[in-house]
Amino acid sequence: MIASLSALIWRDVRQSYASGGTWLPVIFYLSAATLFPFAVGPDRDLLLQTGGGILWIAALLATLLPLDRLIQPDLDNGVHDQLIVRGLTDEFIALGRLISHWLAFGPPLLFAAFLASGLMGLEGNPLWTLLASLAIATPALAGLAVMIAALTAGLKGAGALGGLLLIPLAIPLLIFGAGSLSDQSGSALLFLGAVSLLLVAITPFAAGAALKAGRE
Amino acid sequence: MSAGPSSTLQEDIDNHLIADGLSCVRGDKMLFRDLNFVLKPGQAGLLTGPNGVGKSSLLRLIAGLLDAFSGRVNKPGSVALCDDRMALDEHRSLEQALSFWARLDGRTVQTTQEALSKAGIEHLSEVPIRYFSTGQRQRARLARIYQTDAKLWLLDEPANGLDTSSVELMGKILQAHLDDGGTILAASHIPLPIDFELSVRLAPLEQLESTI
Repeated sequence: MIASLSALIWRDVRQSYASGGTWLPVIFYLSAATLFPFAVGPDRDLLLQTGGGILWIAALLATLLPLDRLIQPDLDNGVHDQLIVRGLTDEFIALGRLISHWLAFGPPLLFAAFLASGLMGLEGNPLWTLLASLAIATPALAGLAVMIAALTAGLKGAGALGGLLLIPLAIPLLIFGAGSLSDQSGSALLFLGAVSLLLVAITPFAAGAALKAGRE
Repeated sequence: MSAGPSSTLQEDIDNHLIADGLSCVRGDKMLFRDLNFVLKPGQAGLLTGPNGVGKSSLLRLIAGLLDAFSGRVNKPGSVALCDDRMALDEHRSLEQALSFWARLDGRTVQTTQEALSKAGIEHLSEVPIRYFSTGQRQRARLARIYQTDAKLWLLDEPANGLDTSSVELMGKILQAHLDDGGTILAASHIPLPIDFELSVRLAPLEQLESTI
């Protein structure tokens, strides 16, 4: 079981980095962060106040970029069916996809957030809070991406539908994540952790059920 | 001696492929009803019937990809399915793409090499799958199922796009699997050069009802 999981994860991660798809969210993220100071002006106080929130919204939007590459290709070329024939369950495959997607999405996004916060003039405590909140949230964002990709697999206009599905599901993450930037007590980060754990825990089951239903 | 599921001891029929009263419904349509057959180790079965009659669905049902509407299937150990999709990563080389499945099945690198030489595509092992022709893709698919240790091979139109010599080569591989105690169930419009002990002809159900 563990050997199958690591073989699956290794294939997906290798593929993400080799195809360059991993850097697309990073470039998008940095572009958004670059555009923002042009739009609101180079007022340092204003950037410090709003920069963290903007970087959080950019992280949510970056989540949408890889949706069409997560599940659909494996369904189209029969890899998913071959895994099922080998006795692996849909939930197990979704779990592997969650881990591999996080490995290809989380660390590069954190790196990009680190660079982008320089453009917003974030430093010291606000910077570390932002990075901590994103680090806690990226597993949940990866989970949301896998769930939405599984739900919309095979549909026309899956990309647009994916955006609509993500917005309501990501609101708790955004509230506690962006809220943690102005919260001194640290409880927003704890709530963010709780929401993140919940989303990660339901991802294999929700995505697995969607994959199973799609096979009928 | 005819071996029905009830007339033989349990341990003897565990390695048989048995379809027991199988029915399949896709969408609102019943594709086949109350299908019964038995394949013993070393035997091959041929599925025939017009397009859309449910041959692929029957193979997917036996592979465990679809749920039967009624009835049950007994499978002799693990299953290898060869359908119209490659299940090999297009941008990776043939050897790398095959060794992903070998690793997943707990097979060795030698198995992949052997499968490549049996399918006659050793010289393509470094070529990315996306450059393959139709016939080369069929051979790669064959190599993919050859390197599993599955007892039951389910083949969906395995000879499509193959030239005569390739069909002969495939016949040799299939015959070796049968001699090895394996079981084959194939749906094919092109005659395959192996002996089939069993032929299952699926007919459209409406037609069946009107003739009875």
